[in-house]
Amino acid sequence: MLNRVVVGAHYGLKDWLAQRITALVMMLYTLFIAVAVLGGVHDFESWRGLMAHGFVRFFSFLFIVSLCWHAWIGVRDIWMDYIKPVGIRLALHSLTALALVGYAGWAIQVIWRL
Amino acid sequence: MTTRTLQFNIYRYDPDQDKKPWMQDIAVEVDSTDRKLLDALVKLKAKDDAIAFRRSCREGVCGSDAMNINGKNGLACLTDLSVFPAGKPIVLRPLPGLPVIRDLIVDMTQFFKQYHSITPYLINNEPPPERERLQSPEDREELDGLYECILCGCCSTACPSFWWNPDKFVGPAGLLAAYRFIADTRDQATSARLDNLEDPYRLFRCHTIMNCVDACPRGLNPTLAIGKIKAMLVQRAI
Repeated sequence: MLNRVVVGAHYGLKDWLAQRITALVMMLYTLFIAVAVLGGVHDFESWRGLMAHGFVRFFSFLFIVSLCWHAWIGVRDIWMDYIKPVGIRLALHSLTALALVGYAGWAIQVIWRL
Repeated sequence: MTTRTLQFNIYRYDPDQDKKPWMQDIAVEVDSTDRKLLDALVKLKAKDDAIAFRRSCREGVCGSDAMNINGKNGLACLTDLSVFPAGKPIVLRPLPGLPVIRDLIVDMTQFFKQYHSITPYLINNEPPPERERLQSPEDREELDGLYECILCGCCSTACPSFWWNPDKFVGPAGLLAAYRFIADTRDQATSARLDNLEDPYRLFRCHTIMNCVDACPRGLNPTLAIGKIKAMLVQRAI
């Protein structure tokens, strides 16, 4: 293969925007949880009561998806910066994406089980 | 006339003679008429004429004498000697991240390649009017803070994203210049310019750490310009 610098993939905007929007979701969720904890949610029963709400489930799901999506963009950026060989980078990209999808499913299952 | 002695710790590398770079301790006498770091460097050069550095206009317009001064990029000709604390040597290194040709002189080919990649000239296919293409004062104001760049390279070589990907990331200087033409109402290639930058490497390697703003000896703000390019891409996409 010719060793030429190739750029011009024409993506990146969506990721950049998604990183900002997911950060906002995570910030709001963190505030929400902080208020809940300060408001007396501390033992297993009260956590369960909180998580039983439809809105909280929806918001928690949104948070976990945001966290994983945000982490995907951030970790991918690290691989893009530091890992030069294309094969290794592709492998790391794939592993990261697969791991994050797995984590998201697992986390949602844990939270919704409450 | 009062004189004082300045201690220097200077990066030296002559690829014809040295196996690897080394740091030279050297002192030089300056008097009260020597105001800027460049004045001291010129005296230093008289003392040891093997020391190599670039300089030309000596007033912050040509951008030749950009170097790493006590860990921060800047122009020797704009750096006051009075800012250096007494008793501590002034550490001078070449701009980081670019190949060293000799001592404080770096090879800026990569930097200018990126600059040229953004087509740094006005593109307007209409026949030019008899005198000049006019702009309203408001439209002209948009170019303030953009056109003043002297391409010294202080910002791009302070940027970690440019260190890791100098061949792919345009860098703060190039992106500031790109926005200078995107913002110009006389330019007709806005969409093509945005297409050229919409890339995970060329534009989106910028993670807004603002080293460029900190380093710019002219007080320009490449991060702001990059933010405006991103905002225009969003505006175009949604």
